[in-house]
Amino acid sequence: MKKIVASMKIALRALEVNRTRSALTMLGIIIGVAAVIAMVAVGAGATARIQEQIQSIGSNLIIVLPGSISSNGVRLGSGAVVTLSEDDAKAIAAECPSVSAVAPAVRGGVQVVYGNNNWATTAQGVTPDYMTIRDYTMMSGQFFTDQDVDAAAKVAVLGETVAQNLFGDSDPTGQVVIIKNVPFTVAGVLTPKGQSPTGQDQDDIILLPISTAKGKVLGTNQANAKAVGSLMVQAIGPQAMDEAQQEMESLLRERHRILPGLEDDFTIRNLTEVFAAQETSAHVMSILLGAIASVSLIVGGIGIMNIMLVSVTERTREIGLRQAVGAKTRDILSQFLVEAVTLSLVGGIIGIVVGLVASWLISYFAQWSTVVSPLSIIMAFVFSALVGVFFGYYPARKAAFLDPIEALRYE
Amino acid sequence: MAAVIEIKNLVKDYRVGDMPVHVLKGISFEIEHGDFVAIMGPSGSGKSTLMNILGCLDKPTSGVYMLDGISVGELNRDQLAEIRNRKIGFVFQQFNLLPRTSAVENVELPLMYTDVPARERHERAMKALLSVGLAGREEHQPSQLSGGQQQRVAIARALVNDPRIILADEPTGALDSRTSIEIMAIFQRLNRDHGITMIVVTHDPDVATYANRKIHFKDGRLQLDERIAQPGEAQKDLERLPAEPPEEVAAV
Repeated sequence: MKKIVASMKIALRALEVNRTRSALTMLGIIIGVAAVIAMVAVGAGATARIQEQIQSIGSNLIIVLPGSISSNGVRLGSGAVVTLSEDDAKAIAAECPSVSAVAPAVRGGVQVVYGNNNWATTAQGVTPDYMTIRDYTMMSGQFFTDQDVDAAAKVAVLGETVAQNLFGDSDPTGQVVIIKNVPFTVAGVLTPKGQSPTGQDQDDIILLPISTAKGKVLGTNQANAKAVGSLMVQAIGPQAMDEAQQEMESLLRERHRILPGLEDDFTIRNLTEVFAAQETSAHVMSILLGAIASVSLIVGGIGIMNIMLVSVTERTREIGLRQAVGAKTRDILSQFLVEAVTLSLVGGIIGIVVGLVASWLISYFAQWSTVVSPLSIIMAFVFSALVGVFFGYYPARKAAFLDPIEALRYE
Repeated sequence: MAAVIEIKNLVKDYRVGDMPVHVLKGISFEIEHGDFVAIMGPSGSGKSTLMNILGCLDKPTSGVYMLDGISVGELNRDQLAEIRNRKIGFVFQQFNLLPRTSAVENVELPLMYTDVPARERHERAMKALLSVGLAGREEHQPSQLSGGQQQRVAIARALVNDPRIILADEPTGALDSRTSIEIMAIFQRLNRDHGITMIVVTHDPDVATYANRKIHFKDGRLQLDERIAQPGEAQKDLERLPAEPPEEVAAV
């Protein structure tokens, strides 16, 4: 132990003597460690953002769309049912045990007018269940009720983007907006959700009771007055997702009278699964970024080995002298090993600080969220120490096994 | 007086390519404890090889080398290092001080490889510097010292471990004649007052006159081994010299 302390002192002295060189050698490790920390932080930031977005669309969400995307709505079966309907929604809610809530929805583009302002947005006709399924909360006012749906009341709930554009900072609750010449009373404003995983502004929306939307704004399907654009379904839990999907599929096939062997006239998509795949890819990206940054750490380690080899050659006489006055193999070995590890550790500590600053700068200037994990700091520190040991061992061994006679005579 | 060094039939061969080169061809002698020996001989006579073996830096090909009762030929690398550390002090022609390192730290160096605690290391180094007349220059770096002063730092370094023998390889080779005599005066004092066995390799016959015994080598063999009845007194010779450069006379 005393010996280690002693050789650390010797090492620090030797590094002090060649200050510029030591600093330049450390630079390799500093850049390596900083790169690892910053890149892992960027990757973790991306993952965290995607997780946040997945949270924002609601949990255990399944969406049922009419027709299949590939056949573009062209039915191959001979049934009479054209699309999904409000009755389908009611049937799913009643008959599928793995489903906790169903919300039918219709949507369409509308122009919303308030005073001198107007704003083009998407109107969605929904039921109050939609609020539960999408995990919406109210920033002000109230969501409309089942009574409003039954009565086809002329009430609307605004997304934050719509509210901002029409009302600025004042509270729109209780005000009247005009959609397709129909006046709607604003019942409330939704708490903003930000971007969806696909990059859409989830707050650029206006929610209406589905009955009102069909009757007054978006129009009714001529073939089937109860037709809806989509069904939002919430499963009772993350484990029930597959079951819920199967239950719905068989129920809808039965209701739509699709013969075995024929294609579905609807598409069921597990949204959580879709976005979980995105999360995985973000995670892979962060691992890749970290791996690439690790390469620079290894390059830094080679820099240390290079400088240590130069240093051993330069100090051959010193090594010879130390051997002559009684330094054993392990004394010399530990002296140079400690020197290399000191270089890499000091570089590692500075690199951690630089990495933290870099992560902060990236999130501040590039508006790119970064998450610095304590694990990546510990890993970077340990890894830089290992780099010192690994790349310092060869030069140190070379020094320790020099022949004292030749070393003393070395010019 | 007991022999501190015993050498019997010492042989050292080197291999240069396929050709074996016989550097030492069977040498036997003893050096008694407290003696002051000058080893002389032309270059290529094998005296440097002998010094390396005496200094436990190299091992003989065959023959026996007993240092203070220990058979050196049987020791491994680290055991040799320990023997060097405990029993031998080295003084080199080129001083071999660590650059950018203070005199006192240079002197402490051999103690760094022992269990001596830091405070005691420092005290012993200061004492050794005092005894070679360098009090007040402890914090000077080698580049701030004259050649004679640097060699005295090196002698202090050789002393600090209380060695049985001091091996000096051309200790005056890089010094002017006056400084050479100063160094020899220190050697004589260490030899007489502290009973340290001195072995000095030198080309210079004047330097050799301060020894009690001269051993001449030629072609790897011992050519002449003579006792000097009246060795020179370095301190007196120094006083006789005109007092020219103000470099302080060894504080004897």
